[in-house]
Amino acid sequence: MNNHFREQAIDALADPQLRDNFRGAMDFLRAKRQSAFTDTEALKQLRALGHKIKANTLARLPDLLEQLEQNCLQNGIQVHWAETPEQACEVIHNIISAQNGQLAVKGKSMVSEEVGLNHYLEKRGIESLESDMGEYIVQLANETPSHIIMPAIHKSKEQIAHLFEDKIEGVDYTDNVDELIGTGRQILREKFSQADVGISGVNFAVAETGTLCLVENEGNGRMCTTVPSTHIAITGIEKVVATLDDIPPLLSLLTRSATGQNISTYFNMISSPRKTGEKDGPQSVHLVLLDNGRSRMYQDENLQQTLRCIRCGACMNHCPVYSRIGGHAYGTVYPGPIGQVVMPQIDGLDKQGEMTEGCSLNGACGEVCPVEIPLPNLIRKLREQKSAKPDGHALTPGAGSQRKPKEAFAWSLWQTLYGQPWLYRFVTKMATRLRHASPRAIGGWTRYRTAPKPAPKSLHELMSQRAEANQTDGASK
Amino acid sequence: MTTTANMSAKQQPSQVYFFGTCLIDLFYPEAGLSAIELLEREGIQVHYPQAQTCCGQPAFNSGYNDEAIAVAAKQIELLSDPIPVIVPSASCAAMMKHHYPTLFENHPMSSKANELASRVYELTEFLVRVLDISLTDKGTPVKIAMHTSCSARREMAVTEDGFSLIRQLKNVSIVEPERASECCGFGGTFAIKQPEISAAMAEDKCQAIHNTGASKMISGDCGCLMNLNGVMEKTNRGIKGEHLASFIIDRTRT
Ligand code: SF4
Repeated sequence: MNNHFREQAIDALADPQLRDNFRGAMDFLRAKRQSAFTDTEALKQLRALGHKIKANTLARLPDLLEQLEQNCLQNGIQVHWAETPEQACEVIHNIISAQNGQLAVKGKSMVSEEVGLNHYLEKRGIESLESDMGEYIVQLANETPSHIIMPAIHKSKEQIAHLFEDKIEGVDYTDNVDELIGTGRQILREKFSQADVGISGVNFAVAETGTLCLVENEGNGRMCTTVPSTHIAITGIEKVVATLDDIPPLLSLLTRSATGQNISTYFNMISSPRKTGEKDGPQSVHLVLLDNGRSRMYQDENLQQTLRCIRCGACMNHCPVYSRIGGHAYGTVYPGPIGQVVMPQIDGLDKQGEMTEGCSLNGACGEVCPVEIPLPNLIRKLREQKSAKPDGHALTPGAGSQRKPKEAFAWSLWQTLYGQPWLYRFVTKMATRLRHASPRAIGGWTRYRTAPKPAPKSLHELMSQRAEANQTDGASK
Repeated sequence: MTTTANMSAKQQPSQVYFFGTCLIDLFYPEAGLSAIELLEREGIQVHYPQAQTCCGQPAFNSGYNDEAIAVAAKQIELLSDPIPVIVPSASCAAMMKHHYPTLFENHPMSSKANELASRVYELTEFLVRVLDISLTDKGTPVKIAMHTSCSARREMAVTEDGFSLIRQLKNVSIVEPERASECCGFGGTFAIKQPEISAAMAEDKCQAIHNTGASKMISGDCGCLMNLNGVMEKTNRGIKGEHLASFIIDRTRT
């Protein structure tokens, strides 16, 4: 797919409007999160709890999935398993075409982006319309989401106003946000009533009860899951939780980490299709459980931690790299820190290994992650796997594929130099003596900074001089 | 005063190792000397093993673990006496304290690595929490901008220690730049591999420091200093960054 992370990042950096949009949005979201977690001790405890719940869930993942399937079936929800994106799309397509469906309305679902569902359906003559306002904007612009929670965050309201003016018939330019949203809503309202199928994601799937939980703010999710006669939910297998009791802490972490809200405007719990006597709800409900590399991640005890993610997006909001280049520069479905961890594991290190380099390991992502995923450590782990020696045992596809001979040689030189004190001291002494001849241009470094100049004498040298002068053995050992 | 669990101000060690870090060694030796002077002034005997080189972090962060282990193992061997190891840079301290144990997991030297890790202190952490030192300011009034590194903030959690040291200097007023918790863009090899993104980060940081109106920038990490000083100099901003230890020594020397 890409592997051009650096070029795309350079392009993004050169777009002042984009940089402004992201900087403003990220500052806003960081402040929102901070004001939602004022009690640091309580936050610490809640994060630890979130970590524990998800870790316990993962420890029993296969069992819980089975339990989820059983309870869903008992409730009348049909369950489908998909190992690959193609399988997931095919399952969904089959459900829609079995009833001659023409139009699907969609709630927000990153997993549906992951499997490329819209594209798949459109190629087969089925319109798949995004109903989340951000997703709708992005779809209208023929783009992909640039953030997992706020898909259109890369656009200013003026840009959206122009987009509506260009793409929607009979709409004049206005950058009044209420009017813009009103326009979108009007169009979507009509589509909800015409749609044959509603498609949604799932935030938590409860194994003990067979309940699908959906977190949203606009009400479009509820429309998608109640108005059309068929509801198809798609989710990754890691979204299962054991009990209903697990939900309140996770939900509280999710909404507060994502948008700083104490609770979202809507929280939908779907436990069955419409029952006799009920006035609304779909005739049939389907759950598609997607693997797409997740069971492989599950096998590595370190990388398994990736599966704790509840997709809140806080790691991107706090990432200094994401804040400057935005989501599209990553060229992947999931951007930012979690994207850097999840995408190479899904697509392979050969295709997505490069994006792991877009990280200064500053740790801001790990610090805010509500389920304590050690994102920097996992990024480092994937760097290790991508340039591993061919005899490595890494499970991740494409392991070792980005081992560059020149780079590997440079590190072996580094090892020789720093592994032998006498050589190190000799080389640093030379560097200090020749400091005026030290390179003035060092690649990308000096394009933006002056070159550092070695000191006249190294600390090693100064300390050994001192030891000699003092004639004591205390200073050198 | 905060003290670490296993070492209080009362049980002061009489000897420590000093691990100078490779950046200080070659580019900022005066920061190393200042740090050593600060320790010695408190009556501590400082050992500086001449065979020390680098903690291994550059290779480790790049995913070259074998190479990192080879170099780290040498440092573990030569810092073997059971006395504290003082590191005047939070990122190298974090490497030794937090990453050696994972790097050496399943390695024959695993227990030695863990043992060393338990003795590693970042300089300001040691000065404040173990030595509980007091400083007397002899300098003229100055306004400084504090830059705290990501490792100091997150991995080592010693940000407060740096501040509390500077706050003892009565003629120094501290200003914190906007978005103080955001990375300066150094990240070791990150600055080399992604120069454009790194520069964008460094540039914003320098602007924020400049905006404070401070005449000096102080940091406890030489990686950040090298990065930010490079940008400040290239853009003629007229502010220079200095290592916290040098700054303190200059203002407290008799
Ligand atoms: S990795 Fe953590 S912070 Fe990032 S989206 Fe997932 S849960 Fe949120």
